[in-house]
Amino acid sequence: MNPHRRHPFIFSSAILVYIFLYAPIIVLILFSFNASRANITFEGFIPTFSERTVMEGSVVKASPCGPFHWFCELAKDDDVIEAAGNTLTIAFISTLISTIIGTMAALALQRYEFKLKPFSQLSLYIPIVIPEIVMGIGILTLFSQLFGVINNGLGLSGDSRLSMGISTVIVSHIAFSVPFVTLVVQARLQGFDKSYEEAAMDLGANEWTTFRRVTFPMILPGVLSGGLLAFTLSLDDFVITFFTNGPGSTTLPIYVYGLLRRIITPQVNALSTVWILTIFSAVLLLQWVQSREAKH
Amino acid sequence: MTAEFAVELRDVVKKFITPEGNSLNAVDHVTMQIKNGEFFSMLGSSGCGKTTSLRMIAGFEWPTEGEVYIEGKAMGHLPPFQRKVNTVFQSYALFQHLTVFQNIAFGLEMEGADKSEIEKRVKHVLEMVQLTGMERRKPKQLSGGQQQRVAVARALVKVPDVLLLDEPLGALDLKLRKEMQLELKALQQQLGITFVYVTHDQEEAMTMSDRIAVMSKGKVQQMGHPVEIYERPANKFVADFIGESNFLDGKIKSLSKEEAVVFIPAWNTEITGLPVSPGLVNGEEVTVSIRPEKVLISDQTLNQNSFKGKVTNTVYIGTDTHVYTDVMGKRVKVLEQNRISRLDPGSFYTIGQDVNLVMMFENVLVLKKE
Ligand SMILES: Nc1ncnc2c1ncn2[C@@H]1O[C@H](COP(=O)(O)OP(=O)(O)OP(=O)(O)O)[C@@H](O)[C@H]1O
Ligand SMILES: [Mg+2]
Repeated sequence: MNPHRRHPFIFSSAILVYIFLYAPIIVLILFSFNASRANITFEGFIPTFSERTVMEGSVVKASPCGPFHWFCELAKDDDVIEAAGNTLTIAFISTLISTIIGTMAALALQRYEFKLKPFSQLSLYIPIVIPEIVMGIGILTLFSQLFGVINNGLGLSGDSRLSMGISTVIVSHIAFSVPFVTLVVQARLQGFDKSYEEAAMDLGANEWTTFRRVTFPMILPGVLSGGLLAFTLSLDDFVITFFTNGPGSTTLPIYVYGLLRRIITPQVNALSTVWILTIFSAVLLLQWVQSREAKH
Repeated sequence: MTAEFAVELRDVVKKFITPEGNSLNAVDHVTMQIKNGEFFSMLGSSGCGKTTSLRMIAGFEWPTEGEVYIEGKAMGHLPPFQRKVNTVFQSYALFQHLTVFQNIAFGLEMEGADKSEIEKRVKHVLEMVQLTGMERRKPKQLSGGQQQRVAVARALVKVPDVLLLDEPLGALDLKLRKEMQLELKALQQQLGITFVYVTHDQEEAMTMSDRIAVMSKGKVQQMGHPVEIYERPANKFVADFIGESNFLDGKIKSLSKEEAVVFIPAWNTEITGLPVSPGLVNGEEVTVSIRPEKVLISDQTLNQNSFKGKVTNTVYIGTDTHVYTDVMGKRVKVLEQNRISRLDPGSFYTIGQDVNLVMMFENVLVLKKE
């Protein structure tokens, strides 16, 4: 008997898992090409190109962009563009800062002994296990109280008053990303022998050069994974963003949620498709970078 | 002008707080003077403080008490990158993300050497360790022995005053290890650099060293040339740790300039003509040590200390035969070289056979009792 023979049960359950995971995504992408504006049933692809959009009831018959009608509509929608811009700005800034803080925290926890070390380690898990909505309310309360005190104390008025906006969203995203980055980098540091750093110093490198030339390049894959995790967490965060955003800082998840309360056109699907493809390529890119790293 | 000693440890103590909260003297009042151009080994069993001593010379640890001198200069709290010593690590610690060339060039870049100089020196040192052509490999693409050479090359390219090596051959198989021992020794003689070598393998230390410091529990037990350490161990620990020995309890019966006479209660007899080591006192309880290869099994009772024994076991190991005998209730191990090829097992000693054991007096050592 071949010990490597696929067991039918394992094989079929694997197929089922794939279906559950990917069927919704495939349906979602398919519907972004839906000719029907109502988007309840799939009415087929938009068949033809034309100068102007031709509608027949709620079904699109022809469009300047042909089957990609809803993607073109999306590109023309200023609100979407603004929300996408906000989302990316928030994601980039919060990823950068949380990756730096998280990496430093991981390094500190690895190499220094201090009184509150067990507590610091434990406190990393708290933001991860705590329900996001509780975090959201907490952060909202904190900001509004803090801003109230500052605004009143300094007698600020009008535009100079501190209020919720893109910076509060960034701060809150940094807050929930840091533990994830720290844990991922810590995992990478587990196998990191301090003799590499000692060897560098032995060869004449001071502390900073040692970090730059040896420690950092060696933990880089961990830092990149941590950063990517922070990035995706920030991109699709809804709950905490919902509590901390303000006028002009609408992100894509918040925007889509707003749309849902009105009407779901295939434009929402088109938006989701672009989004999924973006994240998918980011993950592929990272995989590629890491596998190239592993080969050497 | 070079100082008298390449490295000197003066009354150095290193205390650690163990995870259990106890204070431990990993290195306990150690004084060592390592001469320029010397191959010096620290030898001892696991946990005796060899690595800690080496790390204090390198600058990875600072002494709790005492001082480390390199080329006559007190090191104090000078960081590793300001000391003219380099280390070959037990794990090699080669930078995995850099090529062989980049690994070796690293130390030169830190000195600010220019590109052509780096190329020249790396090429030279690679020739020295016979790794020419491997420049562009990553450490993972090398065998253990090759990685070991890169580690040596990376340290040697800096032309240090002193090279520190912490069990650099520990990860290699026996055959390669023996080859590398001779190679390292040849390299050291060719370059004239002081080597401070840490090992727990006594044969390795014997093979390579000009002088050996035998360590135990953070203390130096004896320091000297391999012959001195083997033939004149300072105490029972050294005699036991280096090579093998038969130990007997005894009491000094008489002591003169030329010879000591020791009474062995277990055998109810005196052994005469023993060499006198300094510090012995008449009437003192002592330990008598006899190396197994220095006991002869002979038909004749030569004009020496001679005892009757019974063979209890023999073990054939190719080069030698270990003969275990019982002499009045004490086990005495004898090592006989197999100088003649014999295929017939019957020609070896049989168990229960009576034999005559001869111990030539200059070979029997009188050690202080512990
Ligand atoms: N950082 C440390 N903290 C606490 N104890 C330590 C530390 N480093 C070493 N020790 C203790 O000091 C003692 C000597 O350690 P050291 O590493 O010098 O031994 P060694 O002779 O090199 O042994 P081995 O042959 O096993 O490498 C050991 O008991 C060890 O547990
Ligand atoms: Mg050690």
